[in-house]
Amino acid sequence: MATYEQNSPKKPPITQIGVVRWLRHNLFSSWINTALTLLAVYMLYIVLPPLLDWMIISANFNFGTVDILGYKIEFSEVMATNDNCGRAAACWPYIYEKIYMFTYGFYPREESWRPDIVFWLTFGLFVAIKLVSNYKHKNLVILVLLVLYPIASFVLISGGSFGLVLVETHQWGGLMLTLVIASVGIAVSFPIGVLLALGRQSELKAINFISTIFIEFIRAVPLITILFMASFVLPLFFTESMDFDKLLRALIGIALFQAAYFAEVIRGGLQAIPKGQYEAADALGLNYFKKNALIILPQALKISIPNIVGSSISLFKDTTLVLIIGLMDMLAMVNMTSNDPYWLGRETEGFVFVTMVMWVILYTMSSYSKKLEKRFNTEHTN
Amino acid sequence: MKQIKSIFSLLNNNELRGYLFQAIALLAIVLLSYIAIDNLFINIEARSIHTGFSFLDNRAGFDINESIIYYTPESSNLRVFYVGLLNTIVVAIVGIFFATIIGLLIGIARLSNNYLISKLAGGYIELFRNIPILLQILFWYNLSLIIFPHPRKSFEFFDAIFINRRGFYVPKPIAEDGFLFVVVALIIAIIGVIAMKKHFKKKHEKTGIYTSTFLYSTLLIIGLPALVYFIMGAPLHLDYPALKGFNFKGGMVFSPEFTALAFALSVYTATYIAEAIRSGIEAVDKGQKEAAAAIGLTQVQSLKLVVLPQALRVAIPPTINQYLNLTKNSSLATAIGYPELMSAFGGTVLNQVGQAVEILGMTMLVYLVISLIISLVLNLVNKKMSIKGK
Repeated sequence: MATYEQNSPKKPPITQIGVVRWLRHNLFSSWINTALTLLAVYMLYIVLPPLLDWMIISANFNFGTVDILGYKIEFSEVMATNDNCGRAAACWPYIYEKIYMFTYGFYPREESWRPDIVFWLTFGLFVAIKLVSNYKHKNLVILVLLVLYPIASFVLISGGSFGLVLVETHQWGGLMLTLVIASVGIAVSFPIGVLLALGRQSELKAINFISTIFIEFIRAVPLITILFMASFVLPLFFTESMDFDKLLRALIGIALFQAAYFAEVIRGGLQAIPKGQYEAADALGLNYFKKNALIILPQALKISIPNIVGSSISLFKDTTLVLIIGLMDMLAMVNMTSNDPYWLGRETEGFVFVTMVMWVILYTMSSYSKKLEKRFNTEHTN
Repeated sequence: MKQIKSIFSLLNNNELRGYLFQAIALLAIVLLSYIAIDNLFINIEARSIHTGFSFLDNRAGFDINESIIYYTPESSNLRVFYVGLLNTIVVAIVGIFFATIIGLLIGIARLSNNYLISKLAGGYIELFRNIPILLQILFWYNLSLIIFPHPRKSFEFFDAIFINRRGFYVPKPIAEDGFLFVVVALIIAIIGVIAMKKHFKKKHEKTGIYTSTFLYSTLLIIGLPALVYFIMGAPLHLDYPALKGFNFKGGMVFSPEFTALAFALSVYTATYIAEAIRSGIEAVDKGQKEAAAAIGLTQVQSLKLVVLPQALRVAIPPTINQYLNLTKNSSLATAIGYPELMSAFGGTVLNQVGQAVEILGMTMLVYLVISLIISLVLNLVNKKMSIKGK
């Protein structure tokens, strides 16, 4: 009796498996696709090699000896100077030399531990809020923390009390200033934004009208005109005795500007709340304040979270504009440090460095906001 | 006692309480603005700042190197306002034009089946969207000053286009007598094409016979003006830029400031437009494409008649919003000194005259009007595009 043996299965054609299949499907599926792939490769070829060469391969990394957490790492015997750094590629020792300015501006070096503490305090605040989330009196604790944190931060950075040396705001600068403006801007504008959003949704004609006019006006004009208004016109609205700090003026301008944008975002959330929720709150006999604080706002704010984060990202980008009214943020430090006679003509390195820092921060924030959007988006997608 | 109680009970009346709150709010705002404006006048007097708009007629006294209309330092401040306004409009139009093209390309590329192209487009969006626009403007401006050569060593293209540190030099078209006829021919051609399309569409609807008008339209739009152009004896000549002494003369020049600003604005805004286009195309339900295929539409017809009309409904409103944002962002030219409205009028004139309230008020008003116009356009578009019968 013949025995039948099953042939071993034929291997799939080489063009249908593995890398080759992937390439055929994704890059060379038709002649148009092939042309596009070649075009993309060519564009990468034009941009990437010179960029990498400028930034890394030919760049100067002669930092001298660097002390990282007690370990001494020797990059070169001596640090490069502007003259022997070369002009054809990046001179990173310039950034290394000026990193303090990019971070703190003209903040006195011996006091720089104070902003550092505030930076860690911010982390501590988030950790603390997370830790107490199961605690019975958590609302009280969080409230106390939220009141104490800004006061402590202000005292630490600004000084002038508790034996701390006064550091005036014109000495604040660099990334620190950017973070201060962004966080104060968000913290101050958020409650105003909520009020404006409620005002615009209000049935009271006068309040509705005022809120609408304010929001639409602010949203129609560029931030820079508002910053100019805040720095030139705002002081004129007060009596001579009130002295307005340049930073404070910028903060007022930014807070009002951002409040209008927050208001629109939150209004979107308010409009998404079903009418039944309002009616149910009314039926329970809750007054206006309780209705909004307990029923409407918690839901509306929750829906708006992704957009609130998105709006905060725009605010972070917009903080760079304070450069135009003469505040010394990180971007201003590029011109400041490359005017140093020892490091003349290093704007490009400065801009690239600031771009990288800003990009990393903003990219992290926008990825986070995308993640939030996905988490809150329970709609079915096709 | 009873009366007092009844007065307080009035507070429980919703309507009355509403009026009370509004009255209090209005009163507070009126009071605050009264105090503020009172202080304003006291301060203005104390600092001996002039008031009113008479400064507009005064001599400006500074030069502006880029202007569409005639301008000298002898011109009035009002003239500076017009120069700035026109420059704002020019940079906005150029920016919107390029942002739309780049945005369309990137948005479509993002959805491409080609892995590399799609990732490249995604990389472009993530890169340029997450860098503040002011930083981009300053970066390109400084870079252009560094990498472009001196006028004598300009980059040359066909002896007609020159790029150097002073700007981009391109030939300037100069119209002569009779060029008007070419323009008229173009307009007639466009009207003809529209009429033709209508005619064939009617025929299509009546008889079901489809006629492609693409060839005829192209011939008409290019052919008719070209014919008139040659009949009139080529009434257009190009003024080429040429190196005279240390600098170029003639031609059209785009300054490094303008180029950097327009470039940065287009590149930045394009990322948002690309995202709008992408989400528009993605918003079209898969079933729509399948239905189109099922009733026998070709790929092109399906795209033209089914997918695009629905995609555009989603994509156009955010795109128009981005046009507004681009126009507002053009005010950042203040940082590099391109003389648009905010830089020339809100900056330089403000520094010289010092009447911040009037000058900033006028500047803000312009942006307010621009944004009102754009939102009117947006409303019209929304109305036209809204799903009928819903």
